[in-house]
Amino acid sequence: MITCGAKAGGPSLDGIDVSKSAIVQGIALISGEPVGRGYVRLLDAQGDFTAEVPTSSEGQFRFFASPGQWSVRLLTAGATCEAEFSLRIGEPVDLVLEIAS
Amino acid sequence: MSRETSLVNSDWVSLNLSTSGVVLVEVDEDTDAYEKGHIAGAVKLHWRDDLQDKVRRDIVSKSDFEKLLSDRGIANDDTVILYGGNNNWFAAYAYWYFKLYGHKDVRLLDGGRKIWELESRELTTNVSTRPASKYVATEQDHSLRAFRDEVLAAIGKLNLVDVRSPQEFSGELAAPAHLPQEQGQVRGHIPSAKNIPWAKSANEDGTFKSDADLAELYKGAGVNLATDTIAYCRIGERSSHTWFVLHELLGIKNVKNYDGSWTEYGSLVGVPVELGA
Repeated sequence: MITCGAKAGGPSLDGIDVSKSAIVQGIALISGEPVGRGYVRLLDAQGDFTAEVPTSSEGQFRFFASPGQWSVRLLTAGATCEAEFSLRIGEPVDLVLEIAS
Repeated sequence: MSRETSLVNSDWVSLNLSTSGVVLVEVDEDTDAYEKGHIAGAVKLHWRDDLQDKVRRDIVSKSDFEKLLSDRGIANDDTVILYGGNNNWFAAYAYWYFKLYGHKDVRLLDGGRKIWELESRELTTNVSTRPASKYVATEQDHSLRAFRDEVLAAIGKLNLVDVRSPQEFSGELAAPAHLPQEQGQVRGHIPSAKNIPWAKSANEDGTFKSDADLAELYKGAGVNLATDTIAYCRIGERSSHTWFVLHELLGIKNVKNYDGSWTEYGSLVGVPVELGA
């Protein structure tokens, strides 16, 4: 079964006032390489879609959500994975969404 | 309208990349996406630089739209295939725009850029140019576009469909969660609006759900589709997606897109605003 890890890996937070936001960000990897053509979906505690971003060419993504329980779901050609987490204001969460080969 | 006249799938696009009279057009929220790779032959429309008036808060004038399409080499009798990121949000906005100015044959690539990428289809960085045309637009079709006063008059009387996320509808968030939350508008929604997020009309791969599922979505949420409907979101692009579903796929007349959306409504002085689900 493919699972997602939860380690640091998101884009730089320089210039962002993290004290006012509930931020989740991270990097998407497949076989250790950044997923440059992927999509990350932010789902709420009920599993309903809230937002989606394409991964950057470095495989990175970021959402500004609200405090609470959330999950993200990575879509890329032929594979998906998910990670759950809780968010609080001022405490950015960094994820690694890693699909093993 | 129907699915047959307003949508094409990725196989159709693959087979028609070189078909004369078919013009692919990419429109993205991420305005650099085209440069990172696009479908061969596609030309780019920039949702802000090309599709927003440079001075006033409005869509571009008829003459500017004619100049834009002429410069891009799009002719009146071309079949225009629009696609883009964000599950076609901005492509649907451009679709609405083309219809507003009377283009006859315009369609969306079902699933947009996402399905193309998830199917590992080829993208190119070669910028496409086409010989200039002499495009002639019609006057704006205001049966497709709602303005502020109509929206205020519709409260409690017509269907108002707020297609933003539940968190934006309730006031928990001020903007989609992939954007910073510092916004000039108050938070909340227009009283009597029903929250039917655009995402409920799309599958995970960005393609539209079946007509039966779509009809049930709105009926199940208590929208009486025999009554006039106004869709809105934050800046009018997600509501274009829902306008497309209702007006083009389900063929429901009297559906308008309020492109002023929450950016306008949430800035108005003295209008009613509701918070909560």
